[in-house]
Amino acid sequence: MDTVIADGLRKNYNNFTALDCVSFSIKRGEVFGLLGPNGAGKTTTIRILSGLLKPTSGNALIMGNDVVKKPVEVKKSIGVVPETSNLYPELTCFDNLVFAGRLYGMRSEKVKTKADELLELFGLKEKRNVLFSKLSSGMKRRLSMAASLIHDPPVLFLDEPTTGLDVMSARALREIIHSLKRRGITILLTTHDIEEADRLCDRIAIIVKGRITVIDTPEALKKSVSAVNPSLEDAFVEITGLKSELMFQEKEGGR
Amino acid sequence: MKDALRAAFFIALKDMKTYYFKPPNISWGILFPFVFVLAFYLRNPVDFSPLIPGLVALSLLFGTTSMEAIVITFERMTGAMERLMLYPVSTLTILAGKIAGGALFGITVTAVLLSGLFFIFPFYIVNPLLFLASAAISALAFSALGAFVSVAVKQVFEAQTLANLFRFPMIFLSGVFIPVSALPPALRPVAYAMPLTYSVDILKVSFGYTAEILPPVASLAVLLVFTIAFLGLSVKIMKNRVS
Repeated sequence: MDTVIADGLRKNYNNFTALDCVSFSIKRGEVFGLLGPNGAGKTTTIRILSGLLKPTSGNALIMGNDVVKKPVEVKKSIGVVPETSNLYPELTCFDNLVFAGRLYGMRSEKVKTKADELLELFGLKEKRNVLFSKLSSGMKRRLSMAASLIHDPPVLFLDEPTTGLDVMSARALREIIHSLKRRGITILLTTHDIEEADRLCDRIAIIVKGRITVIDTPEALKKSVSAVNPSLEDAFVEITGLKSELMFQEKEGGR
Repeated sequence: MKDALRAAFFIALKDMKTYYFKPPNISWGILFPFVFVLAFYLRNPVDFSPLIPGLVALSLLFGTTSMEAIVITFERMTGAMERLMLYPVSTLTILAGKIAGGALFGITVTAVLLSGLFFIFPFYIVNPLLFLASAAISALAFSALGAFVSVAVKQVFEAQTLANLFRFPMIFLSGVFIPVSALPPALRPVAYAMPLTYSVDILKVSFGYTAEILPPVASLAVLLVFTIAFLGLSVKIMKNRVS
């Protein structure tokens, strides 16, 4: 069964087209990557799927619910980890999780138990009563992910999950993503890091300038190019036709 | 409805824990009303009594609007507002929670101010029930005004400046120091368009003075209309801003 379906999503801002007929579907328990340079439309796609933005045209369904017509149902079934860790600096790790759970309608005892479980799972048990503002970037990202899982959502959106993290923090986060996949959670992640997409994703959609150019498994994408022992980066460059200078410009000119 | 009220309660509670002692709130929401009251008391301690209802209303106005200016603009700056919008709650619920938190802050500051004032200048509230009702509904109306001003801007200083554009004319035109009937006729319609006018009018009645503008129940209804109108406009602006 497909848990996430995007069908012909288009988003225009005046004369600028941020998304142009984006379509894909994600199966239950799959890790699906949106790979593209900055400004390609990855975050816009996540914002539409999570009900923050209305598409100019097209439809999207999460667990069978239309994101425009049934936003509350959709929000109950997703967890979203934005690129910037935006929990409350003045609250402790535990209080941040409890607040999140309360807004999902969880009862006091249940939310406290779940918060402690998540702090343990994400290696933050010792930071339970530490203010969010006092955590390192990697810990902040982990707590943001924990907050997005407080209500046990079947679908998780991760926007550039390892951007700005040091090597070890990024590695720890990737291990957590693998463990979430093993628990059957459907994951949509955006990244401009080709190596990360290769390591984490079952399937990858390459998106450039608001359009998806190809969707396939990392292995199939590598096989589709003419280079000897091709990497996913070779496939990305050949498929998108982007030259390295242009990719650099895309990154500089992105958000 | 029950879920929405619960969510609004938790948002208000979180705002109280998080923002009550932010520096801009201390200066505009706490210190300003205290300094204002002290200045008028020192200027004329003998004839201070008639000013108390108006100063109570001013304290509510500055406490609530300052809190909203901080809560809403800070959360928009940090992205926390966007995170709130990812929860299964409506924009109306989010803003209702924020307005409730702001109203409670204004009421708390005013309660402390009144208690302190009582020790140096004993006063008598003739109708305590009307006083509590008018303070509560005034705080909600002013807090909603603060939300309306704050959703339109990005920075705290912009919100405080824009709020002053509403607050300072109200100080002089809403009957706090000069009765509305004593204003030049051309300015009276402006006074009638300000929520502070109705707040001052009912609070004066609760302290034993005569209503100047409307009967107390009608003034409470007008303040309720202001609350709903500012809340509705804030929701509309917020939805447009985020999307």
